[in-house]
Amino acid sequence: MMTTVRISEVTKDYGRVKAVRGASFELSQGELVALIGHNGAGKTTLMKLMLGLIRPTSGSVEVLGDNPAAGQFAGRRQLGYLPENVSFDTALTGRETLAFYARLKREPIAGALKLLDAVGLGDASSRRVGTYSKGMRQRLGLAQALIGHPRVLLLDEPTTGLDPELRQTFYEVIQRLAAEGTTVLLSSHALTELEERAGRVIIMNRGIKVADGSIERLRNIARLPTKIRLKIAGLSPGELPSWLPAGAPCRRLNGHFVEIDAEPDRKIELLHSATASGTAVEDLDVIPPTLDELYAHFLRQAEQTS
Amino acid sequence: MNALIIARKEIHQAIRNRWVLASTLLLAGLALSLTFLGSAPTGTVGVRALDVVIVSLSSLTIFLIPLIALLISHDAIVGDMERGTMLLLLSYPVARWQVLLGKFIGHLAVLAFATCLGYGIAAAALIATGSRIGADSLAAFAAMIGSSVLLGAVFVAIGYLVSSLVRDRGTAAGVCIGLWLLLVLIYDMALLGVLAVDQGRSISAAAVDAMLLLNPTDVYRLFNLTGFANVSSFAGMAGLAQSTTLSAQGLLIALLVWTCVPLGLAAAAFSRREL
Repeated sequence: MMTTVRISEVTKDYGRVKAVRGASFELSQGELVALIGHNGAGKTTLMKLMLGLIRPTSGSVEVLGDNPAAGQFAGRRQLGYLPENVSFDTALTGRETLAFYARLKREPIAGALKLLDAVGLGDASSRRVGTYSKGMRQRLGLAQALIGHPRVLLLDEPTTGLDPELRQTFYEVIQRLAAEGTTVLLSSHALTELEERAGRVIIMNRGIKVADGSIERLRNIARLPTKIRLKIAGLSPGELPSWLPAGAPCRRLNGHFVEIDAEPDRKIELLHSATASGTAVEDLDVIPPTLDELYAHFLRQAEQTS
Repeated sequence: MNALIIARKEIHQAIRNRWVLASTLLLAGLALSLTFLGSAPTGTVGVRALDVVIVSLSSLTIFLIPLIALLISHDAIVGDMERGTMLLLLSYPVARWQVLLGKFIGHLAVLAFATCLGYGIAAAALIATGSRIGADSLAAFAAMIGSSVLLGAVFVAIGYLVSSLVRDRGTAAGVCIGLWLLLVLIYDMALLGVLAVDQGRSISAAAVDAMLLLNPTDVYRLFNLTGFANVSSFAGMAGLAQSTTLSAQGLLIALLVWTCVPLGLAAAAFSRREL
């Protein structure tokens, strides 16, 4: 796998504020990576460093073989970026805006204009951007980021302001790009959306990288309990099933359900006892720890160690 | 190439925003009223009608063109940064100096168009109403239009320099108004005061020249009011024209330097700035 983005020991200070502290990671071709963290965790700063808009205080950044801050801007032709709160010159129409950005990237304009249809702005393309709603501006932002099949795509909060249908299309588009070899780095607060899609998650907290890996790997590291939710017939309120080992953390939910927090290595054992003959289990759900819970876990851990 | 793409977009925007229309109408309106009303107290001066217009129009230009230029340019950088459009633009394969140069070409084109058309209309109106105009007057008028555009370039560059140094748009506007007042009004008054007090005892003619070169509006004034003999006799600047050692060429070079230095400094400040 070819490395497209390399961040090594990067620190970025804004005066006394340390936006990024000693972060290192590499992104490869075809990866779809989620960058998550609170506001001010350093997500946007990392993207700006990759774009060369700011220079690292120490450490080095390499994107597509170039140092982006050294004024080597040739590599940016293969880079797509969608800033958080994207804005455009309001006097131009959607079509004119996209044509302008396509010219700067030396990409054929006709091809770029097709992107307007792809993001559902076909009908509004001859209206001024000033008349667009927030969601429409976000779509135009997406369209400009996709001009000319970028090899690295940096998306800062890309789905804010998009309606559910367009979110679906958006993820389809970036998953297809990733399959074709584009490195996609996206930051988001909508963790549930990312859960099924991101192949890898990087968690930032106060400028420090606190976790990095696939969701399965993070689950293994975090050792958070899996929730087993059982519907049990004929269980009186307050009563717990008799087969449940003593001390297993569990709770009753709205009358019919019992929810058990199963440690990763006891999960199978518990499932065995639950499904053994003679228990009155009618239905069963196994809910692995969500990205939300993993995120909260790693943040707690980072806060405790610091 | 990149600079031209950006220049094209700036011009496009200026047309959409009615900047081109507004500045052309303003300049044409004032030029026309000066042409026809301004000559009323002096009466009909025959072949010299255009020379009178040059004197009054260049005095007006000194106030107006710097103001329009600063209005267009003061938020070119800091404004785009505040609006967030600069962030996106700089993520494209464009160098920052190309962004600045592109904006400069675009803004100057708008200003040049408005000046040429606005002032050109005044000259055309004079010819149309039957005034006979000599070739030397036409040459002086063309030089006045050209140097007005150059004066605009100076103030566009100064506006960029301010815009690339300050933190927010409000500050940029304030600093630009201050600079305008200083260069257009205060500097000359102060200079005049100093010269009046000194009575020619310790300040040499060379020192006066140097002080005039330090203000681009004075360079412009000298160029237009003393550069052509036919004009300077009307401008009341004949005395100054005799004492100054600055040639028309030298004055034009001074205006070019006044454009290039702020522009270069603006590019340097902009490229060092973090977004």
